[in-house]
Amino acid sequence: MTFTAHFNSWVAMALLTVGLYIVIARGNLVKKLVGLSIFQTSVYLLYISAGKIIGGTAPIIAEGFRVYSNPLPHVLILTAIVVGVATLALGLALVVRIKEAYGTIEEDEIHSQDEEP
Amino acid sequence: MIAHHLPALQVVVPLLAAPLCVMLRGARAAWLIALGVSWAMFIVAGSLLARVLREGVISYALGSWEPPWGIEYRVDLLNAFVVVLVSLVGALVISYSRESVDHEVRREQHYLFYAAYLLCLAGLLGLAITGDAFNVFVFLEISSLSTYVLIALGRDRRALTASYQYLIMGTIGATFIVIGVGLLYLMTGTLNMHDLAQRLPAVEHTRPVLAALAFLTVGISLKLALFPLHLWLPNAYAFAPSVVTAFLAATATKVAVYLLLRFYFTVFGAPLVLGEMPLPEILLALSLAAMFAMSTVAIFQDDVKRMLAYSSVAQIGYITLGVSTGTAAGLTGTVVHLFNHGITKGSLFLLLGCMAMGMRRITLQHIRGIGRIMPLTTFGVVVGGLSLIGVPLTVGFVSKWYLVLGALERGWWWVAVLILASSLLAVVYVWRIVEAAYFKAPGEQVAKLREAPLSMLVPAWVLVVATLYFGVDTRFTAGVAARVAELLLGGFR
Amino acid sequence: MLLVLLLASALAIVRARNLFAVVVLSGIYSFIMATQLTVLDAVDVAMTEASVGAGISTVLLLGTLYLTGSEEAAPGHRPILPLLVALATAGILIYGTLGIPVFGDPSGAIHQHVAPRYLQEAVEATGIPNVVTAVLASYRGYDTLGETTVIFTAGIGVILLLGIGRRVRERAQGPGGGMQEYLVLRVIAKLLIPFALLFALYVQFHGDFGPGGGFQAGVILAAGVIFYAVIFGLTKAQKLVPPRLVEILVALGVAVFALVGALGLILGGNYLDYFVLDHDPVHGQHRGVFWVEVGVCITVAGVMLAIFYAFAGRRRRPDSRS
Repeated sequence: MTFTAHFNSWVAMALLTVGLYIVIARGNLVKKLVGLSIFQTSVYLLYISAGKIIGGTAPIIAEGFRVYSNPLPHVLILTAIVVGVATLALGLALVVRIKEAYGTIEEDEIHSQDEEP
Repeated sequence: MIAHHLPALQVVVPLLAAPLCVMLRGARAAWLIALGVSWAMFIVAGSLLARVLREGVISYALGSWEPPWGIEYRVDLLNAFVVVLVSLVGALVISYSRESVDHEVRREQHYLFYAAYLLCLAGLLGLAITGDAFNVFVFLEISSLSTYVLIALGRDRRALTASYQYLIMGTIGATFIVIGVGLLYLMTGTLNMHDLAQRLPAVEHTRPVLAALAFLTVGISLKLALFPLHLWLPNAYAFAPSVVTAFLAATATKVAVYLLLRFYFTVFGAPLVLGEMPLPEILLALSLAAMFAMSTVAIFQDDVKRMLAYSSVAQIGYITLGVSTGTAAGLTGTVVHLFNHGITKGSLFLLLGCMAMGMRRITLQHIRGIGRIMPLTTFGVVVGGLSLIGVPLTVGFVSKWYLVLGALERGWWWVAVLILASSLLAVVYVWRIVEAAYFKAPGEQVAKLREAPLSMLVPAWVLVVATLYFGVDTRFTAGVAARVAELLLGGFR
Repeated sequence: MLLVLLLASALAIVRARNLFAVVVLSGIYSFIMATQLTVLDAVDVAMTEASVGAGISTVLLLGTLYLTGSEEAAPGHRPILPLLVALATAGILIYGTLGIPVFGDPSGAIHQHVAPRYLQEAVEATGIPNVVTAVLASYRGYDTLGETTVIFTAGIGVILLLGIGRRVRERAQGPGGGMQEYLVLRVIAKLLIPFALLFALYVQFHGDFGPGGGFQAGVILAAGVIFYAVIFGLTKAQKLVPPRLVEILVALGVAVFALVGALGLILGGNYLDYFVLDHDPVHGQHRGVFWVEVGVCITVAGVMLAIFYAFAGRRRRPDSRS
């Protein structure tokens, strides 16, 4: 029981690592943003796992159910998802403009273009 | 009756004004709305501070749900002080902004520009006033997203990459803050900061709480531009529109400092943060590194905006140095420098914006001889520079005074020496500006310039005068700062 | 099992160099995440992740790829340092959560104090069985106002950066013309779009009783119009929902939300107090929640559409290096 119970958290940590790695290691601006998304969603998984109660159900009060999973993490993560997509949209708009201004969306090539006086 | 609702109005009015600007669409209307709202918010901030000085902590339950089930706005001396700074700078910058924005942003975008400005203001104010840890994240993102947008409007294409880089780093920082808040929630079951402060001592030494402290520190430090997490700042300040740089330099990092103070001293408590963990030592090391490394880098910059950006990172080092001393004097230095550096850098970037009206990039070559052509502007820059060095009679001196006292109180005499030594570095880069401006012959481009218009000079000079005034009469700034330091060290309110 | 697939798709994203593949993989990732969230009882969150992560994000990414090209260059630097940083971060988090109940235990601190009261009291105090909606729209309504403002900020940001799409000239193919000569697509679109719009309304108003609410409804609403634009052409879509109207909608939702709060203030309560909105406090809660959810829906739909218009209206420039 303990292993499967903690499996959620382990996967979330792994996803966090993967996401953060993509953001830092990869130079393609679009891929960085995808990595950022993965990083953020791993945190969502962590929070929601923490809110789950074994034997509980979704926190919608209804006849016949007595145990509900914790609604507060759901509220917080809903907000976080929305903020995440807003950031993604802005990031992608910036990427489009950068492509138009520099002709590339690879970090290294952008840096070398900026180095020239 | 309105007095009771001031905390809510402080944030909600600019929040409502922004969509109004978008719906009305006119550039002039948008500017007038932003102007009116910003000054009104300054008055609100002033009355809030007055009330807190009289009555103590103000608590306001949004939605009329009692905290911690609802979200609470909680105003004490620390955040009232910060709110006054942010709203003052906000109002002065918008008063200054017409010509500068006209010059640097396309006219058909003005209404969106002012809407974004109002959103940034609302975000920063909301961040400072709230008493709920998750609400912090939401308003942090409001201010951050609007900042990314505003920076990207700079004319140079590097503004786009600067904004993107800030977006990536800022989002990582915000997510770290969410992780930290989540860990705290995991151990206490609450999100309200006052409530957290009461429940944390019971679980203080558990691993999640310590991990939360780590995540919150790193997350906030990214926003604070604490060395070495400052990488986004020089580009962002250098390439954003002048108005944006001035506003950000004076407010954004200061509010991040507030957030650090709030979490460290109110939520976690001084004993844990300063006593148990090696945090003071780490902070001290990073602050000193910031002070020396960044001042040195500033010396070698040609672009004046960039030079002052690196100077900002160095000055933030002073602010965090005060925190690491853990003494009342040191913390007084921190809080007072929060204000002092805000008005100093605000005035400097506004004045640089005046110079930017006549030239594409403000480099040491381009500003040769500008002292004679734009005397008032340049003299203001000199005063600001003196404050950065910490010359007596300027606010910079007041801050350094308290910081040195704080270091000495802790027995760190060598730190006191280092504080003075780093000021010498500031002398070098300020001198480079002064030398170019006054002692070199003007180029032909500079010769064609005229002094900046009054609408730009007056707001900038209000800050310059403040730099001098509060350097001499420190009753207000240092007085409030000292009381705040006492409050912070004494634990939760 | 789901979790393994999740991890697999994330790892595949690391390796994939073709960005189009990356986008598809990220859509898959979001869907699996949404399913896992449902398993964990987070139904509202799952719905949002599905519509936002798998839906909107994929549309945005594809739109970007159309404008920027779809191949990633070979990684130049050695990946050791980033890997260490990422592992260190996860390491601290693992350290932080060792030994405390992160899954399933009802006696954890996270389930005491604040959460139980929501579950016990929400139906009585607000009349809304979906506790997540009750907390989101009422107890922590101010956070939701902030969240709506964040969307609004992103909306005006994208408009500032990319413009909201000039009227694109009628063309047979491409952004102006659409794909209406494909019979199958046209027929299906005519069947699906009205259904999608109706479903959006259902999600909006049923959000009190089941998963749903303003945000998800706004996304579905926008998706319907976007689908119309893709099949029948951007020009026709812009005649139906002009960019100027979209801009107003973007601002209107936030204004409605903020004004509901102000109404509470004027009527004698604190800001965002719904109790005073009617002589019966529970009915007042209903009204408050109803109107703020409408506000959220309007702004979300407006912003999603504005972003689509912005990306779709941007003409693809020839690849230039200068």
